[in-house]
Amino acid sequence: MTQLALVIDLNVCVGCHACVTSCKEWNTSGDAGYMSDDRPYGEDPTGCFFNRVQTFEVGEYPRTETVHFPKSCLHCEDPPCVPVCPTGASYKRPEDGIVLVDYDKCIGCKYCSWACPYGVRELDEHQKVMKKCTLCVDRIYDTSLPESERKPACVLACPTSARLFGDVHDPDSRVSVAIREEGGYTLMPEWGTHPANHYLPRRKTHISVHVDELERYDNPLKKEGERPRPDISEPSLDDVTSW
Amino acid sequence: MHPAFSVIFLTTLIGVGQGLFLALYTAESYHAVGLLPAQSPQFYAWGAWVAVAFLVAGLVASFFHLGHPERAWRSAARWRTSWLSREVIALPVTMGLMFVYGAVHYLGWDLARFGIETGLPGDLTLLVGALGVIATFGLFLCTGMIYASIRFLQEWASPLTVLNYTLLGIVSGFTFATLFAALFATDLVNFFGGWAIIAILAALVTRVSSLLRNARIRYKSSPQTAIGVRHSRISQRSQGFMGGSFNTREFFHGASRLWFRSVKWLFLMLVFPVPVVLISLGMSSDSPIELAAAFMVQYLGLLAERWFFFAQANHPQNLYYQTVG
Repeated sequence: MTQLALVIDLNVCVGCHACVTSCKEWNTSGDAGYMSDDRPYGEDPTGCFFNRVQTFEVGEYPRTETVHFPKSCLHCEDPPCVPVCPTGASYKRPEDGIVLVDYDKCIGCKYCSWACPYGVRELDEHQKVMKKCTLCVDRIYDTSLPESERKPACVLACPTSARLFGDVHDPDSRVSVAIREEGGYTLMPEWGTHPANHYLPRRKTHISVHVDELERYDNPLKKEGERPRPDISEPSLDDVTSW
Repeated sequence: MHPAFSVIFLTTLIGVGQGLFLALYTAESYHAVGLLPAQSPQFYAWGAWVAVAFLVAGLVASFFHLGHPERAWRSAARWRTSWLSREVIALPVTMGLMFVYGAVHYLGWDLARFGIETGLPGDLTLLVGALGVIATFGLFLCTGMIYASIRFLQEWASPLTVLNYTLLGIVSGFTFATLFAALFATDLVNFFGGWAIIAILAALVTRVSSLLRNARIRYKSSPQTAIGVRHSRISQRSQGFMGGSFNTREFFHGASRLWFRSVKWLFLMLVFPVPVVLISLGMSSDSPIELAAAFMVQYLGLLAERWFFFAQANHPQNLYYQTVG
């Protein structure tokens, strides 16, 4: 079975929002209709997005760390938003595990957004249907595109390659290797939703150096240069060899 | 959560209708075993139709919640998995059975008309009514489970939610039945009023239990699990946009802390003690004015109760929307 997903490397993300804007650009231009914006230059702008980049501060000044955190639909393997949909508009594709909304069946009751703990579903205020990340389903299978471009718009846009895209059920795929070898984790594991999207943690390379490793054991006086040559009659270091 | 008035009116109005129907059927069953005097068929018929009217009003209110009401017929499709879909089926079934119950009373039919001789007067209304009672409780279950089945809305994910929806519906229905009896069947005022007070006391116990439970909730999700960083101090610096979004409007009630707390005490007063006093006064004086006041005060209280029910629920997605930036 295939489960397409994103793996987002928080160690690399710089919070530039390129994925947000390219997502909006691609998806507002597609067959499924525009993603509405209201008062984009006004006092209280609002709009529908599939992807948001948020910023969190970990720790207390001065020992803080800034974590830029892109958040889109996690395409859960056990999506709580799907069974609650009364019309069947919300569904998970068996062939590739993408969770989608059929905009022609959605009645806009918002119940699926209540049933998503991650808050990744957004109601389009003009089309009055629930919208969410489609993993650019209209792009990744488009054979008119060169193979290298059959990826979600956010992945192609990321200037630091913080976003990886692939099949997390294939153990040898790039995403599976990254999850396995670089400590990939899921969000809110307490709800048992088994998100397909994973995040790679912030990683720092530390070497632990003990104090006595900084001082040569056989040079306690820290004097460099040629060592005093012992007399031929003196015992050598191991009593067998001689200088 | 943001309390939507469409859903507040839907749940309170169908609650009154369901409770009123249960009250009528209770009176009819008491009469069937000889504990209450007989009532005119018109009393039951019009009572059941008023109950249907409450359900229709609730149904109309619910349409204001939908982005595409013209597609509402599709929502019966996923009854195998969705409690909302089950409610969409249970609501018209209940309405239909209530309407038929009223019609059978009005027409005075019994099973003998279909060639089944039971010798029991009003056997057909008792049978249709029993089916209506099953449907009514099924509808209470569906309505409550819509909220109780969302496991990460921890304030709702409890059997108390279903119990409260059921008991508060019964409370408002019996209060309305008391008023209805004061107008059209005065010998039932004490019967309905007595049961209304008992139901109010029972609902007080379950609603206060759920308030106590919710006051002690330990949330399973935290900023740590939300972004997956193990550190005791995590604060949001930006939610990614400066304006509002669906996520900031739908999941926050936006009221002040004072207002939020006041609504709790307001509904605790208006739903429980004030109607008890007014129903007791109405029963002792047989005056519909006090009983009408009891129903209206209690209905206002139930609107406040439902507002508080929604506002109190804390959605884990709010962890991602703590600071604009």
